[in-house]
Amino acid sequence: MADLKFTDAVASSGERAAVEAVLGDERALVFEHPRLVRGGTRRRHRLRHMLLPALHALQNEAGWISKGGLNYVCEELQVPPAEAYGVASFYEMFRVDAAPNHDGPVTHVCIDGPCRAGSTEAIATVKAAGGHVHESPCLGQCERPTAVFIQGRRGPDMVAADADPFIRPQQDGTGLRLLQRLGVVDPNSLDSYREHGGYVALTKAITMGPDAVLAELSDSGLSGRGGAAFPTGFKWSAVRDAEGDTKHVVANCDESEPGTFKDRTIMENDPFSLIEAMTIAAVTTGSENGWIYIRGEYPLATARIENAIDQARSAGLLGDDVAGSGMTFDIEVRRGAGAYICGEETALFNSIEGFRGEPRNKPPFPTTHGLFNQPTAINNPETLLNVLPIVLEGAQDYRCIGTEGSPGTRLFCLSGAVSTPGTYEMPFGTTLRELLTLAGGVTGELQAVLLGGAAGSFVTAASLDMPLTLEDTRAAGTTLGSGVVMVFDTATDLTDMCTRIAEFFKNESCGQCVPCRVGAVRQHEMMVDLRSKNGVGLAPDKRQLHADMNSAMADASICGLGHTAGSAVASALALGLIGESS
Amino acid sequence: MTGTMNPSEVGVSIRTVTISIDDVDVKVPEGGTVLDGCKAAGIDTPTLCYSENLTPVNVCRVCVVELEGSRTLIPSCSRPAEEGMVIHTDSGRVRHSRKMVLEFLGSGVDLSQADDMNSWSEHYGADPDRYGPAAEKINEEVKIQDDLYIRDYDKCVLCYKCVEACGDDAQHTFAISVSGRGFAARISTEFDIALPDSACVYCGNCVAVCPTNALQFKTEWDLREAANWKPEEQTVTTTVCSYCGVGCNLEMHVQDNTIVKVTSPNDHSVTNGNLCIKGRFGWQYVQPTITTR
Ligand SMILES: Cc1cc2nc3c(=O)[nH]c(=O)nc-3n(C[C@H](O)[C@H](O)[C@H](O)COP(=O)(O)O)c2cc1C
Ligand code: SF4
Repeated sequence: MADLKFTDAVASSGERAAVEAVLGDERALVFEHPRLVRGGTRRRHRLRHMLLPALHALQNEAGWISKGGLNYVCEELQVPPAEAYGVASFYEMFRVDAAPNHDGPVTHVCIDGPCRAGSTEAIATVKAAGGHVHESPCLGQCERPTAVFIQGRRGPDMVAADADPFIRPQQDGTGLRLLQRLGVVDPNSLDSYREHGGYVALTKAITMGPDAVLAELSDSGLSGRGGAAFPTGFKWSAVRDAEGDTKHVVANCDESEPGTFKDRTIMENDPFSLIEAMTIAAVTTGSENGWIYIRGEYPLATARIENAIDQARSAGLLGDDVAGSGMTFDIEVRRGAGAYICGEETALFNSIEGFRGEPRNKPPFPTTHGLFNQPTAINNPETLLNVLPIVLEGAQDYRCIGTEGSPGTRLFCLSGAVSTPGTYEMPFGTTLRELLTLAGGVTGELQAVLLGGAAGSFVTAASLDMPLTLEDTRAAGTTLGSGVVMVFDTATDLTDMCTRIAEFFKNESCGQCVPCRVGAVRQHEMMVDLRSKNGVGLAPDKRQLHADMNSAMADASICGLGHTAGSAVASALALGLIGESS
Repeated sequence: MTGTMNPSEVGVSIRTVTISIDDVDVKVPEGGTVLDGCKAAGIDTPTLCYSENLTPVNVCRVCVVELEGSRTLIPSCSRPAEEGMVIHTDSGRVRHSRKMVLEFLGSGVDLSQADDMNSWSEHYGADPDRYGPAAEKINEEVKIQDDLYIRDYDKCVLCYKCVEACGDDAQHTFAISVSGRGFAARISTEFDIALPDSACVYCGNCVAVCPTNALQFKTEWDLREAANWKPEEQTVTTTVCSYCGVGCNLEMHVQDNTIVKVTSPNDHSVTNGNLCIKGRFGWQYVQPTITTR
């Protein structure tokens, strides 16, 4: 590679110190002597994954990614400055335009979903107190609107609501598989986790051996809970069979689908279960490297997960000889920086590797060409948690709950117009009506429910008796997605809500492919226009235009973001929730 | 190497796969793409971000085709041909998506100098005016920062070709990258600093691959501004660069007995279409007294 060229801008001492604290001895070039430099292409490639953590350090220190700060990081990691700028400017939490005119933290206020109604007031309150506000997409705290996240400056990030750390269990414990330890176990203590049945599954999995675990997994019919419902047993077998220099297990904790907060519930309240399940994934697929990618707006979940990793490592449950199995496995945590698209699995790999979070074309698939181009098993935390009961009880018992096509239970994120919003675990096949009743019933008169998040679709009271399974929702033309059940009463302006959903996709499109990059903008323009006409009287040619855009986005985009960017609006139009003539 | 090769020409046996394209069986060398198959079958496929001398990034989505059994359309430029694939290149779904891609681009980007695209737009019936005059455009000032080439990002379709040519597909200079996100994504140096301050070495390989004339020689820009750009009157003379011993082919584009731009053929074994600053821009000694105005 050519020598890099830098501008004259230099980092402040504070920026240098902040970056050094993150990088430690990890430098791409080591000057041993005025005439002896060690480094080169290989070392440069090996270290680029430190770019995102280094950018976090710069942002925290200076309140923006300054020219000097970026130069310093680029020199240490030997990343071309233009590329690093491309990465920094990709993320919502990094500022690249100018130094902030204040020294304090930035308060991110959610303007999505159930938070939307109170967001104007919340923003005004922060501003009145002299604070600095950033309007944010869904912050994953939909059960407690209006959500706020405080991005620290020379200090930690915070979520005020986290001061009350223990969640009250919303269901009595019977019948719970994934949430059984919620509110019972001490999330900061490995001992407490073990007292509540922790690490029995790992021991059993090691004794059973990979083939037996894979057999149970595929018999269990477990499918992915991150949105795409891909069979987990198939994925893990493919990784086990794949050839690679090394293999990776990744927990996708980016959780940025508007309305989703179940993964946060797990990580904050039962973090060890995720570590244990990942370790089972590692010994089963033969992977040595674990990664947990957590969205940047989840400070408490990050702290609890990091603590759980440290404790597990000290107890010999991670490291060179995992639980006496002779196998090596350890986990690194990476924080996202505000980008919904980084939850897409291949975008997530690029993000970890220090590139722009743009999805890759598939095939090849992650099972053979994943993180660092090596075989990778990437799963949602809820998917991973299901592995524990499958290993412990066996596939047959596991399948006693749920339906033939959708075995097991599902975490539902109830938010909006219900009495007690929160994460609920129910068997697949529970009806929407039962779910709403469980959450204390609808407050006000039901107008519509958004299933599956912004990438999902609206249903109305006519669908209340639909069993919530993969097969039934698919047949009805909707989706469970990431388990979002966002309830709107008749007081909600759905035209405004749909306009915001359109804006969300416009802002979150990575911009790589034409159908999504431009389609999302045109859809938003159409919705703004409709909202200005009070949501009524959408002309037939505009309806046709939306149908044309939606089908092209769904058919020709690279990734799931573009594929689903038009679906919520399309469903609202089809159901007559928006755009009607009267 | 994704170009189609006829096994008999090479003289060694290359394994092929057979795929069906529009109901005709087509042999594609193993490792070749669906687009290679389309070419072999004589099917004209619109492409924008694809070039035979660059790694396919498959972002423009104008080359999409229908693969039986696939939920979505697939990009023909990057999808490896696999035995037994059944492909349709002119189905309703394909025509619709191609039309929409072209229409979307036409609604936000200045395509006035993208002749290929305009004829494809006509072919597929794209109607960018459907989005009304208020449709958001790119809206960037033209960047004229030196005497060699200009950047007019209102014409940019974000095909990534220039980034690839500047980066690890050719030049390894990494002066430009994509910055920002979504519709606000732009090709940019770090902090959008001026090109002469950046790592740019003025090889002009980005200019050579640009499909819409968003990047163009300053000479061409000046002539166009003066309403004096006459491609129909231009001649192209092929020669070998006289600066060093590498032996790069140069194509001198000449108008009114003046060199107005320099290219190199993509299929030239030495250059693959790439040049250095001397070959690309250092022709003034040939015509010391002639100005470009
Ligand atoms: C735009 C977009 C965002 C996504 N975000 C997430 C996410 O936050 N968490 C997640 O588990 N999966 C997310 N996914 C799905 C992942 O790509 C992938 O399918 C999933 O992590 C696989 O895990 P699973 O098989 O356990 O579901 C997202 C997909 C898209 C297209
Ligand atoms: S569909 Fe959207 S988010 Fe996905 S790759 Fe294309 S532009 Fe990026």
